[in-house]
Amino acid sequence: MTAFFTSFTGSLLWLILISAGIYFLSLRRLSGQIQTSQSKPHSLAYYYGRYAVIWAFFPAIIVLIVWTSFTRPLENQFIIQSLSAAYPDLPSSFVDLKIAQIKNISSGLIAAEDDIMRGLADQYGYASDRLSMLRYVTVILVSLIGGMFAISRIKPHFKARVVFEGFLRRVFTFAAIVAILTTIGIIVSLTFEAFRFFTQYHPIDFFFGTHWSPNVALREGVENALDEDVGGSSGSFGMIPVMAGTLLIAFIAMLVAVPIGLFAAIYMAEFASRRVRNYVKPTLEVLAGIPTVVYGFFAALTIGPFIRNLGLFAGLDVSSQSALAAGAVMGIMIIPFISSLSDDVITAVPRSLRDGALGLGSTRGEMITKVVLPAAFPGLVGAFLLAISRAIGETMIVVMAAGVSAQLTANPLDSVTTVTVQIVMLLTGDTEFDSVKTLSAFALGITLFVVTLCLNIAALSMSRRIGGRYE
Amino acid sequence: MSDTVKILASDVNVFYDTKQALHDINIDIMDRQVTAFIGPSGCGKSTFLRCFNRMNDVIPSCRVDGHIMMGDENINDQALDPVFLRARVGMVFQKPNPFPKSIFENVAYGPRIHGLVTNKSEAEDIVVDSLKRSGLWNEVHDRLHDPATGLSGGQQQRLCIARAIAVQPEVLLMDEPCSALDPIATSIIEELINDLKDRFTIIIVTHSMQQAARVSQKTAYFHLGHLIEYGETKDVFTRPADPQTEAYISGKIG
Repeated sequence: MTAFFTSFTGSLLWLILISAGIYFLSLRRLSGQIQTSQSKPHSLAYYYGRYAVIWAFFPAIIVLIVWTSFTRPLENQFIIQSLSAAYPDLPSSFVDLKIAQIKNISSGLIAAEDDIMRGLADQYGYASDRLSMLRYVTVILVSLIGGMFAISRIKPHFKARVVFEGFLRRVFTFAAIVAILTTIGIIVSLTFEAFRFFTQYHPIDFFFGTHWSPNVALREGVENALDEDVGGSSGSFGMIPVMAGTLLIAFIAMLVAVPIGLFAAIYMAEFASRRVRNYVKPTLEVLAGIPTVVYGFFAALTIGPFIRNLGLFAGLDVSSQSALAAGAVMGIMIIPFISSLSDDVITAVPRSLRDGALGLGSTRGEMITKVVLPAAFPGLVGAFLLAISRAIGETMIVVMAAGVSAQLTANPLDSVTTVTVQIVMLLTGDTEFDSVKTLSAFALGITLFVVTLCLNIAALSMSRRIGGRYE
Repeated sequence: MSDTVKILASDVNVFYDTKQALHDINIDIMDRQVTAFIGPSGCGKSTFLRCFNRMNDVIPSCRVDGHIMMGDENINDQALDPVFLRARVGMVFQKPNPFPKSIFENVAYGPRIHGLVTNKSEAEDIVVDSLKRSGLWNEVHDRLHDPATGLSGGQQQRLCIARAIAVQPEVLLMDEPCSALDPIATSIIEELINDLKDRFTIIIVTHSMQQAARVSQKTAYFHLGHLIEYGETKDVFTRPADPQTEAYISGKIG
C-alpha cells in the first residue's frame, strides 16, 4: 500500500487532494478576511481559490515530473555500479538485460535465479523505495508550502483575477513556444545529421549526382569504384533521379487532381443547389479520411496491375509498379484537398462581382471563366501549391505502388522511386546509425523539408494576396 | 426629353417563396427621362428595379408575375434570353464592383462578350468613348492598364457606369449608385446622370429624397410592396396626392 502512495500516480492523486483542500481553505480565509476588514474583495471568490490552487499544484507537479525523469538514469547508473562489482567480467551487451531482470525481480514479477541477483534486486528495491519516499515527501511539502504561501497572500484587495489571467496567458504562450521549439528542434537535428553526411559525401555529388544506389558503389566518374570499395561499404548518393521520381509522381498526381478537384469545386460553388452541396461536399471529404495505406494497396493491387494489363493489351511493356499507378492514386487522394480549398476560395468571391458580370449580360460560363476564376486565381494557386507539397511528402502510396529502383526517366510507365520511399528504405531494418547510408536519409529529409517549406510559403503568400483584392 | 413610353409594366407581382414582395404594380417608364424609385427600406423598390433586367432570376426562390413590355417584347417572358435583355438593359449596383482587371479590360468586357468588337482598335474606340461619356477619361487616360481596384470609390462607380454604357444599352438601371460614396463623388455622379439621360432611359433607386428631386423627372413612391404614388417629380415633392407619400417626404416615416 505504501508503495502505491509513494509511486508517481499516488503522488499525483495526493497533489490533487491537497489542491482541492487548499481551494476550500483559501475561500474560507477570504471570507474570514472580508468579515474582519469589512471590505469588498477585488475579484470573485473563486479567483482566490484558483490562485491558491496554481501555487499548490504547479510547482509540485513540476518537481514530480523533473525528479522522475532525472532519477531513472541515476537508478540505472546505481545498478550498473553494483552489477560490475558483482560480475566483474559481464559483457556490455548483457548490461541492459540484467538491469531489466533486476527491476523485474525487485517488483516481484520474476524469481531470482541466484543469490547474487537476489541481493542486487534487494539493494535496488531498497534504494528505489527510499528515493520514492523522498520524492513523495518533497512533492507534498512543495505543494503545502506553495498553497500556504498563496493563502497567506489572500486579502480582499489582492487582485486575484489579474494574477490568474496572467497565469493563463503564460500557459498559452508556453504552449505556442513548445510548438515552435519542436519545429526548430526537428530542423536542427535534421541539419546536424545532414551536415555529418556532407562531411563524408561531397554536397555537389549529392545534389547533382545522377546515380542513386545506396548499397552499390557506382559513383560518377569512378566506374570501377567496385574495385575500390569492396562489398558496397559505400554506395553512391546522387539525388537527381530520386528527386526526378518525386516530381514525376507529383506531376501525375496534380494532372489527375487539379482538373477533377477544380471542376468539382466549380460545380459545388456555382451550380449545385444548397441541398446537393450539403451532401456532395462531405462525401468528397470522406476521400481525405481514407488512410493512405489503403490508397497504397488500392494502387499496388488494383490500379497497378490494371495499367500493366492495359499496356500489355496495347503492346507496351509496363512495369506493374509504375509511376502512373502511384501518381494516379495519389491524385485521387488529393482531390478533396483541392476541391475543398478551391471551393472556399471561389465562394469567397463576392456576390457583387457575380452580379456585375451577370448584369452586363454574361452567361454563367462567361461569368465563371472571365470574372470569378480570375478573381479567385491567387487563392487557387495557393491551394494547388499546398496540394503539391502534400503530394511530394506522401509516402505510403509510393512505397507500395511506385517501386524502389532509382531510375532517371520521364516515362510514366516505368517504375521510379521518390525521396520519401528512399528515406523509408534507408532507415528501416537493421542499420548502423553512423554509416553514410543512414546519414544520407537526413540529407534527403532536409532537402524535402526545404522544398515543401518553400511551396507552403509561396502558397500562403498567394492566399494572403487575395485578401485585399476585392475592396 | 421625349414623351414616348419606353417600358410599360402591368400587374407585376413578385413573390419570395410564399411571401409577396410587390403587389400589382403598374407603371410606364418614359423614354430618355430619369425615373426615381423612392421609399423606405424593404418597400420593394430594388426588387422591382431588378425585374427590368431579370436579375431576380439569380434568386431561386423569387417568382415574378405580370407583363413588362419594352417595345413589343415582354421582358418577363421566360422564353426571352436574359443575356440579350441585359445587353439592352444595363445595370449599375449599390457598391462599386469593378472586376479585378485593368481599367481598360473592365470597360471592354461587355462589348467583348456581346461580340460588339472584333479587334483591338474597335475595343479601344469603345473604351475611350465610354470613359469620356462617364467623365472618367481625363483622370485615367494615362493609366488604362492599371488595376481598376486602385481607383477611388467614386471613380470605381463611374467606371462601372462606363462599363455598363459600353454595351450601348437602351435602359440604364441604377440601384442606389451613390450610397457608398462621399458627397463630392455623389454630386459628380448626379451630374453624369443628368448628361446620360439624353442617350439612355434611366431608372434610379435611391434612399435620398433630395437626390431623387435633383436628378429625376418622374418619381415613384413605394411602400410595403405597393406603388403608392407616381408622377412628375416636382409634383410628388411639392404637392403629393397621397398622405403616405407626404409623410415620407416630410420625414415622418422612413
